[in-house]
Parts: sequence; structure tokens; C-alpha cells
Amino acid sequence: MSDILDMTLASLAEALKEKKISAAEAAGACLDRMEATEPRLCAMLHVDREGALAQAKAMDDKGPEADKPLWGVPVTVKDALVTRGMPSTAASRILEGFQSMYDAYAVQRLREAGAVILGKNNMDEFAMGSTTENSAYQTTHNPWNLDRVPGGSSGGSACSVAAGQCFASLGSDTGGSIRQPASFCGCVGIKPTYGRVSRYGLIAYGSSLDQIGPMARSVEDCACVLSVIAGHDGRDSTCSPEPVPCYEAGLAQASLKGRRIGMPREYFGEGLSDGVRKAIDGVAACARQEGAELVEVSLPHSEAAIATYYIVAMAEASSNLARFDGVRYGHRTADPKDLQDLYTLSRKEGFGDEVKRRILLGTYVLSSGYYDAYYRKAAQVRRLIRDELREALAGVDCLLAPVSPVAAWPIGQHSQDPLQLFLMDAYTCPVNLAGLPSLAMPAALDGDGMPVGFQLIGREFGEAGLFEMGAAFERALPGIGSPRL
Amino acid sequence: MASTKTVTREDVLHMAQLSRLTVDDDEIARFTGQLSDILSYMDILGKVDTSAVEPLYSPVFHAPTMREDVAENKRERADMLRNAPDGNDEYFIVPRIV
Repeated sequence: MSDILDMTLASLAEALKEKKISAAEAAGACLDRMEATEPRLCAMLHVDREGALAQAKAMDDKGPEADKPLWGVPVTVKDALVTRGMPSTAASRILEGFQSMYDAYAVQRLREAGAVILGKNNMDEFAMGSTTENSAYQTTHNPWNLDRVPGGSSGGSACSVAAGQCFASLGSDTGGSIRQPASFCGCVGIKPTYGRVSRYGLIAYGSSLDQIGPMARSVEDCACVLSVIAGHDGRDSTCSPEPVPCYEAGLAQASLKGRRIGMPREYFGEGLSDGVRKAIDGVAACARQEGAELVEVSLPHSEAAIATYYIVAMAEASSNLARFDGVRYGHRTADPKDLQDLYTLSRKEGFGDEVKRRILLGTYVLSSGYYDAYYRKAAQVRRLIRDELREALAGVDCLLAPVSPVAAWPIGQHSQDPLQLFLMDAYTCPVNLAGLPSLAMPAALDGDGMPVGFQLIGREFGEAGLFEMGAAFERALPGIGSPRL
Repeated sequence: MASTKTVTREDVLHMAQLSRLTVDDDEIARFTGQLSDILSYMDILGKVDTSAVEPLYSPVFHAPTMREDVAENKRERADMLRNAPDGNDEYFIVPRIV
């Protein structure tokens, strides 16, 4: 069975169609892997073993369906995406036990494509954080070193993928929440263009920044899943009508020859650790060797990106999280004396510290007297950041950048200093402000044996080009192997 | 980090009141320092000249698509009430307000 887990999603899908492997065998292999590793990893908030096996068995009885690209492929889903028949909590106490009456659009697309959903991944509460330490339920451990964080907020998804608990997972990325955990756990993840994937059914954090994307163990696997979940959905007005190409087509022939790759000067300054710098230098050298041309570009407003991002994200969060009031769903305080009490105590008991900080600050920057100085100002700087990113991209095929200034750090290291953690998002959050796509994938292992990732940032709806260049990098780089668990 | 913005106990209480959030003394003690640090860091935006810049509130790349303003009524009442902390067959129930 264990050789099933060594397969790529693409080759497993092929083997399932040819009936060389049954859907029940594939699901069983992943579920057994979960059973063996979950006590150490804590990547899952909910596992539907019986449901998944029953579904797989029923599918086997009917036989493979050629028009379903993910027929029988076992996947997991970040708990921020509502999923019928399973709890959906966004790792918050305030949604403990919540059962959605509908599937998020991306989840619905997975099911329609024949995927078998095994369960829901741990995350930072409401996607606010970069370690999973803000989960109200558990901290996920990095499969490469159990004492370290897996990154976040989609840390459970990255961990599950890297540890072979599934063949792909859906994450969401508001300021780096797919790319940073992918980088920390040594897997591949893409934050698609804003509007590429419907946000319908994604428990909202920062609505002008949030985007759902796939995480997997190879570029091709990621491309296969994005082809399934992307596309127009009338239930999200920001979801684009742009046609969806077959992202996995032609990846085997893709090359870096003649590509122009920009390296943003500001992303390689002070604050970038030696280990990450060395890994990215290796990627740049590989690109040159493969015939790409590397050019330096400048993004002068990079310094302002973190402040801009957090003001926008917290403002939108304070508004989005107003819906959790203890009335229609979620936690309600015991014996409130009046309605006001019901709201304020239910929210106090239901939200964790990081969520409260962001609600308070978001309320502050939107409040009378501060709106112009913070929220409007941030929206103005946002335009400058977007314009300069698009300008830099006009002259190149993509930008090559680090994902995080450092590799995964020890659990607990920064948990008392929220601002310190915000500063780690410097290279990831500008892409969300601009709505652009970015593919994160492994560069190398650092001196401590921890994965270091890099990202390729593209023009809007340029995912196909990013997958092509990513696939070429994947072939040319030595690879990092798998964590030993 | 030295804070240039000082968030006071009263500020936290005011924000909490606007946010419909009860904060206890421990939280106030923790949050005043942390929120001061974070807001001080935001001062960095003051260095950027935005005098002629239109705010960008959404990066969406297409004109929003609209549908006809017709109620769909796709959900069943019972389904919508299923997650309610308190309710009956027809309504969500909250403490008496009048």
C-alpha cells in the first residue's frame, strides 16, 4: 500500500481510471497514513474515515468515470471552506460543531470531479496567523521537524500534503497563507489571481484579499486541481468570467529557455536570512543554467506593504466577523441578561486573542476620526503597490522571490509577539494587495534540514505560465525528497 | 519596539464597545501594549506621498457581474435553523428585548 503514497496525484488519477488501484485502496492508504501520523502531526480537525471509505467503495462498484479528472483521488480541505456532512469551524471555538447546509464552490467542484474528501485541516483561527498556533483546537507540527511550526494559516493542509495524508488539499491565501506553509513544509501551493476561484463558501477574513488555491506535492498536481476548482460562479460577484485553460497540459515540455525572470531588489535586503538567501541563489543559478535571463527589478513601496496589508485585512476582518453574534449559529454564552450581553459575551468566549486583536484594530482604523489616516491611506498605498508590481511584470515573464525571510521556526518562539510575526509576511502580502497569482514551491533544504521555498509571481490570470516555469524548475532543481516520519 | 502611538485602556474599551466584544482586565493589559506597537508600526505609511492617488479598495479585474434581483429561496427554513443555539421550528430566539 505504501507505494500508493509515493505516487503523484496525476499518476494516481491515471492508475485509478485504469483500475490498477481502486478508490477504496487509495482512500485507505491515506487514512492509514493519517492514523499512523496524526498523533504526532495534528494536521486534521476532522477525519471522515467511514464516510470516505463508503464513498470510495460505492465509486468502485460503479467503476471509473472518464470525465471526472479527480475520480477516486483522496483530498483534504482547510477548515475555512464549508463542507457538507462535516464540521466547518475555521478552527474557532465560536463555530464549534457548526455544520454547513451547503458546500463551498471549490469543494463542490472537487466532488463533481470525483475527489474523495477525507476530512478538514487545522489552521490558524479564521486564517489569522502564520503558524497554526492560533487554532482554538491544536497546533500542527512540521513533518520535517516536529518541534517546529508548519507555517500558516493553511498549515494543516501543507502538513497533510507533505506527510502523504492526502494527494492535495485546498488552502486559502489572504497574505501568504498558502505559500508560506507550502514553503515551510516543502510542498507546492498556488495563490491564484483574485477572482480565479470563487470564494463562495470560504469563511471570509479579508474579502478583497482572500483567494482559495490548491496545495500538492508537485507542480503538475497543483495544476490538475486548479483546473478543477477555477472558473466562473455567479454566487461570488468578484469571481472572473475569464476562461479556464487546462493548466496541466504541456507541462512536460515546458522550459525556462529564453524566459525573462525579474528579481525584486527590495526582497533581498536586510532581514532575509542567510539560509533562505542561499536557497534562492541556488534557484537563480539554476534558472541561468536552464537558459533564462535574470534581471533586477525594483519595487520601491515594498517597505509599506506590511502596514498596508494589515490595515486592509483587519478592517475587512472586523466587518466580516461581525456576523458571529451568537444568534443564528455558533457559540452562545450561557444565561445572557440581555441582547447586548449575548453579543459581547458570546464573542468574548468564542474568539481567540489574535482574532480579538484584529477585530479591535480593524474597528479602530475604520472608526470616525481614524478612517482617512489609516484605512483610506492604506487603500491609496495599495494602488501604488499594485501599479509598481504590474509595471515590473510588464517587462518579464515572472518575478522570482523568497516566500518567507526565514525557514520554519520552533513552536512557541514568536507566539507572544504579534508584530514580529506580521513582519514575516513582507514577501507574500504584496501579491494579495495586487490580486496577482503566485506559485510557491521547494528550493532546497537549509542547514538544519528544513525546507525553503521560493515563489514565482505572475501577471493577472498568468497561472498557466507560472505552472510551466514551475514544472521546468522542478525538473532542473535537485529536489528535497520527503520528510521521514 | 518603542511605540509612538499609545493606546490607552479607554481606547481599548471604546474599540471593544464598537466591536461588541467584552474584554476583561487581563486582555486590556495585554492588548494596550500590543495594539500600541502595531499602530506605531503603521506610521510607516506616513512616509508615502499619496496626495494624487485614488484609493484601491478591491483588485478585481472585471466589472462586477450582476444577476436579476429575484429572490431564489433555495434554502429550507429547517436547515437554516439547524445551527441556531436557540430557536423553535420557525424562529431564532434571543433574550427578551421589549
